[in-house]
Amino acid sequence: MARITAGVGVSHVPAIGVAMDTKITDQPYWQPVFKGFEKSREWMKEKKPDVIFLVYNDHCTAFDASCIPTFALGCAAEFQPADEGWGPRPVPVVKNHQKLASHIAQSLILDEFDITIMNEMEVDHGLTVPLSVMYGDMTPEDEWPALVIPLAVNVVQYPAPTGNRCFNLGKAIRKAVESFDEDLNVVIFGTGGMSHQLQYKRAGLINAEWDKRFLDLLTEDPVFASKIPHVEYLREAGSEGVEMVMWHVMRGALDEEVVEVHRHYHVPASNTAVGHIILENKAA
Amino acid sequence: MSMKKDYEDIPGTFVFDADRSREGYHLNQFCISLRLQKNRDAFNANEEAYLDKYPMKPEQRDAVLKRDWNRLLELGGNIYYTSKLAANDGINFQNLAGLMTGMGVDAYRDMMLNGGRKVDGNRFKKEWGEE
Repeated sequence: MARITAGVGVSHVPAIGVAMDTKITDQPYWQPVFKGFEKSREWMKEKKPDVIFLVYNDHCTAFDASCIPTFALGCAAEFQPADEGWGPRPVPVVKNHQKLASHIAQSLILDEFDITIMNEMEVDHGLTVPLSVMYGDMTPEDEWPALVIPLAVNVVQYPAPTGNRCFNLGKAIRKAVESFDEDLNVVIFGTGGMSHQLQYKRAGLINAEWDKRFLDLLTEDPVFASKIPHVEYLREAGSEGVEMVMWHVMRGALDEEVVEVHRHYHVPASNTAVGHIILENKAA
Repeated sequence: MSMKKDYEDIPGTFVFDADRSREGYHLNQFCISLRLQKNRDAFNANEEAYLDKYPMKPEQRDAVLKRDWNRLLELGGNIYYTSKLAANDGINFQNLAGLMTGMGVDAYRDMMLNGGRKVDGNRFKKEWGEE
């Protein structure tokens, strides 16, 4: 049977991808950002997930304003890194576990989560930056060490799905994975955040205290964390900080009690506070 | 009954809700078209002719031509869309923020290196002397 053994929360700041792609990660500005992922890369080598279920948001790349699905599950065989306006990232094509993805889609819909099924989709930095920071440098000729099932969540047009809805979706994803016969080690990623505001006169907002409390709650009291209302993210963590609802999908797919095996927090990467956490199910 | 907007009292911030999305639709669809190189080439060859394809309001069109980044947001633009226009001009997210805040690129970068904009004093419009 397939099992979700661990969860990863991680920011997906585009500039982090640019820093890796242009080989400037050892510059003083970037060094502390990447230092915090050294342990994560070792962990990935030990953990060896067969499949990563990756929750992210598209940044008006695959979806424009004409179609805004709240939850869109990637069911295509593969996903090309997209040109987001400055050329595609030089990273491997993302390959899916198509049978598991379709199984999850069916299971979710029968479980009353009416997701959108994507049989063609390009993926942007929201998906590829988390893979890059967790696996390290890869060229387009390489293969990602795991298959990846993308779940794109709308956080661009208000309202994003509630934290509670995301948390419960995580539970339904777990149920779907556990009803798949193949013996697979699945790790779930929740990405985005942490505090940041990219727009208008309040741009540059960072709230480290709030972010750290969020990380604490995620580990210790995830149900409480999932009830945080949107306006609190917007006010306290910046208009783009609402991306953090996606971390609740990851958390909902794990056991109630988890072991926090790693945490990293650094300000800044471009406009953003970088947050990262690795949580393991105790039985795993 | 309309939905109450409990986020409208946050200063210096536009929450991109359905009302803004409707207002900015053609502007945002123009911006995202610049994601692709062939469209960037066409726009850069003749901005006015390219903009004719998008039925946006005259003031939105004017803000595009003038690269008035804040005005674009005031008229229904969303940052993930307007950043495509900025990328076309060689302006990344951080430098765009430097322009939108009025701080300039260097002062903004320094603020971020020093931990970013603090939340204290920046939660409510009344703290900015706004209604």
